[in-house]
Amino acid sequence: MQKFSDLGYPGRLIAVEGLDGSGKSTQIFLLKRWLEMQGLKVFFSEWNSSALVKSATSKGKKQNLLTPTTFSLIHATDFADRYERQLVPLLKAGYIVLCDRYIFTAYARDVVRGCPPEWVRGVYNFAALPDLTFFFKASLDVSLSRILDNRPTLKHHEAGMDLNLSPDPYESFRIFQGRIFEQYLSMSTEFGFLVMDANQRIEEQQGLVRRLVSTHIDLGQFRLTRAA
Amino acid sequence: MPRSKSAPKDRVSRIVGSSVLVPKVTPKTFYGHGIPDIDSNHLTGKLIAVEGADGSGRSTQIARLVQWLEASGHHTVQVGLKRSTLVSEELEQAQQGNILARTTLSLFYATDFADQLENTILPALRAGSMVIADRYIYTLMARDLVRGVDETWLRNLYGIALAPDAVFYLEVCPELLVQRVFAKNQSLDYWESGMDLGLSRDMFDSFLRYQGLMRDTFRRLQQTYGFDIVDGERSPDAINAELQSRIEAVLAGR
Repeated sequence: MQKFSDLGYPGRLIAVEGLDGSGKSTQIFLLKRWLEMQGLKVFFSEWNSSALVKSATSKGKKQNLLTPTTFSLIHATDFADRYERQLVPLLKAGYIVLCDRYIFTAYARDVVRGCPPEWVRGVYNFAALPDLTFFFKASLDVSLSRILDNRPTLKHHEAGMDLNLSPDPYESFRIFQGRIFEQYLSMSTEFGFLVMDANQRIEEQQGLVRRLVSTHIDLGQFRLTRAA
Repeated sequence: MPRSKSAPKDRVSRIVGSSVLVPKVTPKTFYGHGIPDIDSNHLTGKLIAVEGADGSGRSTQIARLVQWLEASGHHTVQVGLKRSTLVSEELEQAQQGNILARTTLSLFYATDFADQLENTILPALRAGSMVIADRYIYTLMARDLVRGVDETWLRNLYGIALAPDAVFYLEVCPELLVQRVFAKNQSLDYWESGMDLGLSRDMFDSFLRYQGLMRDTFRRLQQTYGFDIVDGERSPDAINAELQSRIEAVLAGR
């Protein structure tokens, strides 16, 4: 698999990955603000957000219709819709595209749900790899408490209740997130994740994110209007 | 002794109308890894797929097969494309608006298929029913292949699918298909004419070319998947007789 830069796209894709509660959304938001304020062409895309597919996904989740296979496929459909209609055209137009979760989220979750890794990777192999992938590695306890302190009611799939890990949603969530965490760790070297210490202060992390982005990407190329 | 021989024969002829053949259980396989946690050894029913373009006589043949199977004492369950609880409405909407790109539409159909596979086909087979699929993965694959989707990708995607006990492709030449469609509908369907492919701006011309491509693709898929190509240009009776004898063989485990 190749990155967008390897494929000759003028744009660059930056993805953030990590557990719920790892602080990745905060970091990508701050990165987006920073890039925007420099007058760069930036677009932000979120996992599970394509309008049409979303209604099917939420119906499936609400009515508990989803199996590991359909859970995987419906998220792949959502991703493909965003990929084909947003990400690829924007990358061709020379945008910096920021993705809150990318295919690695599916790799981790679907495999934990019991789908064979080769199958999941095969399903997603129409997608190129991000040019940069930040993995926000917080200790499991920190991630868990960030979620559990804020949102006391866990959704069925979010807690991994469909896996019958435990009848207690909190216990189920802990086990489920622990397994996803292991999947991330095992992918980290393979895909060259930039591993962030997500236990650090927000500002410390953001400082490093901005430094890494400006080292790896020639930001000057992405100005909305070229200097005369 | 002729007497003792004729007595049981008599009895047999009297109960002929009520005798029900119990289908022989044969091993089933998935094309790839299948579905997590499904043991294909517990699937005692039979899966029969009927493929073919609109106007190939698919619906007529399926209706007759269901009649015949039920009359013969087999419980029958029907599935088909875009019939899942999960995504059928959304898929219909997407198609009406023609807003989804190639891979997305392909995955949407795969989701629809997977939902029916897990929630209808596999449970029905486990319960020992005859499942008649009004089109199966081959139509989905052929449509995508004609549109340039990668075959290796499709094979991996549909590695979840169960290999049917019999697959019939009702082959009808595009020229006859178009006549049959007009006899029924008076207009050509956008997708069945492959208008999204830009083969021709003329819908009639596009229909013929697209259906020709689909037929070629089915013939090619037949090499891989080994299904029955049935001459769909004959009378419905002749076709049905062929399907019935093939299905009888399947029920007998041959």
